[in-house]
Amino acid sequence: MTQHYLDFEKPLAEIEGKAEELRAVARANPEMNVEKEAAALDRKAETLLRDLYKDLSPWRKCQVARHPDRPHTRDYIAALFTEFTPLAGDRNFADDHAVMGGLARFNDAPVVVIGHEKGHDTKSRIERNFGMARPEGYRKAIRLMDLAHRFRLPVVTLIDTPGAYPGKGAEERGQAEAIARSTARCLEIGVPLVSVVIGEGGSGGAVALATANRIAMLEHSVYSVISPEGCASILWKDAEKMREAAEALRLTAQDLLKLGVIDRIVKEPLGGAQRDRAATIEAVGKTIEAMLKELAGKKPEALIRDRRQKFLEMGAKGLAA
Amino acid sequence: MNWITNYVRPKINSLFSRREVPENLWTKCPECGTMLFHRELADSLNVCGNCDHHLPISPRERFAALFDAGIFTEVKVPEAVADPLMFRDQKKYPDRLKAAQKDTGEREAMLVAEGEVLRTPIVAAAQEFAFMAGSMGAHVGNAIIAGAERAVKLRRPFVLFAASGGARMQEGILSLMQMPRTTVALALLREAGLPYVVVLTNPTTGGVTASYAMLGDVQIAEPNALICFAGPRVIEQTIREKLPEGFQRAEYLLDHGMIDRVTHRKALREEIATILRMLTLQPPAIKGDLPRPEAGGGAPA
Repeated sequence: MTQHYLDFEKPLAEIEGKAEELRAVARANPEMNVEKEAAALDRKAETLLRDLYKDLSPWRKCQVARHPDRPHTRDYIAALFTEFTPLAGDRNFADDHAVMGGLARFNDAPVVVIGHEKGHDTKSRIERNFGMARPEGYRKAIRLMDLAHRFRLPVVTLIDTPGAYPGKGAEERGQAEAIARSTARCLEIGVPLVSVVIGEGGSGGAVALATANRIAMLEHSVYSVISPEGCASILWKDAEKMREAAEALRLTAQDLLKLGVIDRIVKEPLGGAQRDRAATIEAVGKTIEAMLKELAGKKPEALIRDRRQKFLEMGAKGLAA
Repeated sequence: MNWITNYVRPKINSLFSRREVPENLWTKCPECGTMLFHRELADSLNVCGNCDHHLPISPRERFAALFDAGIFTEVKVPEAVADPLMFRDQKKYPDRLKAAQKDTGEREAMLVAEGEVLRTPIVAAAQEFAFMAGSMGAHVGNAIIAGAERAVKLRRPFVLFAASGGARMQEGILSLMQMPRTTVALALLREAGLPYVVVLTNPTTGGVTASYAMLGDVQIAEPNALICFAGPRVIEQTIREKLPEGFQRAEYLLDHGMIDRVTHRKALREEIATILRMLTLQPPAIKGDLPRPEAGGGAPA
C-alpha cells in the first residue's frame, strides 16, 4: 500500500522516499550494499515522525482523523467481532450504507454493533456517502438499539462521520427528527452502550450514536459541534481560518477528556492509526472490553439512570476549572 | 439617497431629514417591505398587517400575549459556567455575550415562565432569537431542564417556543452536549405523563431542530417558519442545484409529514389551551376575555 502523506508530513515523505529509492536500487543491483545508508534514513524518519506527532496542533489532528488510511468501522468489525451478521434497512424508506450495523459476537458474547462507515476507495466512498448518514441511517440505528434492548444485548457504537448529510431528500424525510430520536433512543435503552470515536465525531450526526454510558476517543480523533472550516467561515467569515477555528473549538480528545465529555483516550501508534492499523484496532478492542466490563451486571434502570446523570452533569466545569 | 435628497435644495433638505423618525419606531417587513409602525406591530404580535409574515417576537412579548392577563412568573434558571472554553474568534465570547445582553435586556437566549393560558396552568419556555441567534449553549440546556423539572413538580404541561440558529459555536462540544442533555429533560416529562408541545418559529435550525424542538408530543409551527437541520445555503452548496419554492418552510414540512399543524400566531393561545386540556383530561376552556385572576386564587405566586 502506498502511504498517503498529509501536508505537514512532506519532509517525512522525502526521507522515507529516499530510503525506499535506495532499497529499490539495491534490489536491482544485488552487489550494492545500501543498508547502512537506508537504516540511517529510517532513523532520521523516525525522529522526525516523533517530533511531528509529539504535539499535534488541533488542525493537524483533524487532518489525521480524516486520513484515508485510518482503520474504519468495517475494519474494526472484521478484526474484533465474530459472526458479524449485518442487518439492513429502516423498514420505512431505504438502507443507508453510511451506517452499518448488526448482530455480532465480541469476546464470544452477543452484542449489537453500529458504526459510521466512510468507505476506503472511490467506489465504496460514494456508496457509503463518505460516512454522512441520511435519516434512514439513524432510523436503522434506532431499530438496532430497540433489538438490543429487547434481547438484552450490549451496544457498541463506532463514531466516524463528517456529519449528517445536508441534502434535499434527507431534509424532506426528517433529518433533524431522525437524529433527535436516535439520541433519545440512546438514552432510553436498558443495556450497556459504549462508544468509541475512531476518526471524526461530526456534530449531531455523531451525537445520535454516541450518547453512551462510556465514551472513548482515539488519541488523534476529533469530536466537534462544527467542522473547523464551517466554524471559520461563520465566525471569521473566511474558511481558510480553519487552524484558528480548530484551536478555539477544543475538539481534541485531550481537551474533551478535561471537559468531562469523554471517559478515556485510546493511544495511537507513533505517526497515527494509519501507520499501524492492527495495533490501533487491538487497542480499541481492549478499550471496548474494559468499558463493557465496567458496565457488566448493572440493572437496566441503573444503566439508564447513569447515562442520564452523565449527560445532565456534563459541562458543569469548564477548562479553567 | 433618493430623488428628493438630490433634487431638493440643502435648506429644505435638512427640513426633510429632521423629520426622519428614530428607526426603532418603524420596522420594515422583511417579506413584503411594508413599513410597520411599532405600536401596531406590537398589537398584532409582530405579524405584518399587509402580508401576514411572522416577525421575530421576544420571549417577554410572547409570554405577555400568551398568559392570561399577561401575568406570568419567571422560573429561575441555574447559572451556567461562563465561557467554558475561553473561546475567542474575532471577538472574545464574553464580549459577544455582553453585547447581546445589552441589545436584548435579557441574560441569555431562553426565558422560562409559569402561568395560566385560558386558565390552563402550564410551564413555558421561549427562545430569544435576538440573543446570539437564539443559539443553544449551556444556558438553554439549563433552561429546558429547569422548565421540565418545574413542570414535573407542578404536574403541568410544558410548552416550548423554539427560535434558533442552532448550537452556540463559542461553547464548542459543550453546546453539542445540550442535545442529549435537553433530551434527558424531556424524558422526565414523558415519564411523569405530562404533555410536551413544541411551537416552531422562524427560524429553527441545526442542533436545536435535531433535539428538543422535534421531540414534542404535538408539533406546531408558525406560518412560513424556516425549520431545518442543514440550512438552504449549505444544501445548495452540497448538491449544486436550486431548491424548490417553499423548501423547509412550515407548510412544506406539514406536507411532508414532519409536523402536526401550522398555526397563526394569533390563534396559538387558544390552540395550545385546547390541545393541552384534552391531553390532560380537563373540560374545554372558557374562551374569550377572562377577568384578571384574583390574587391567591390559584394563580401562580
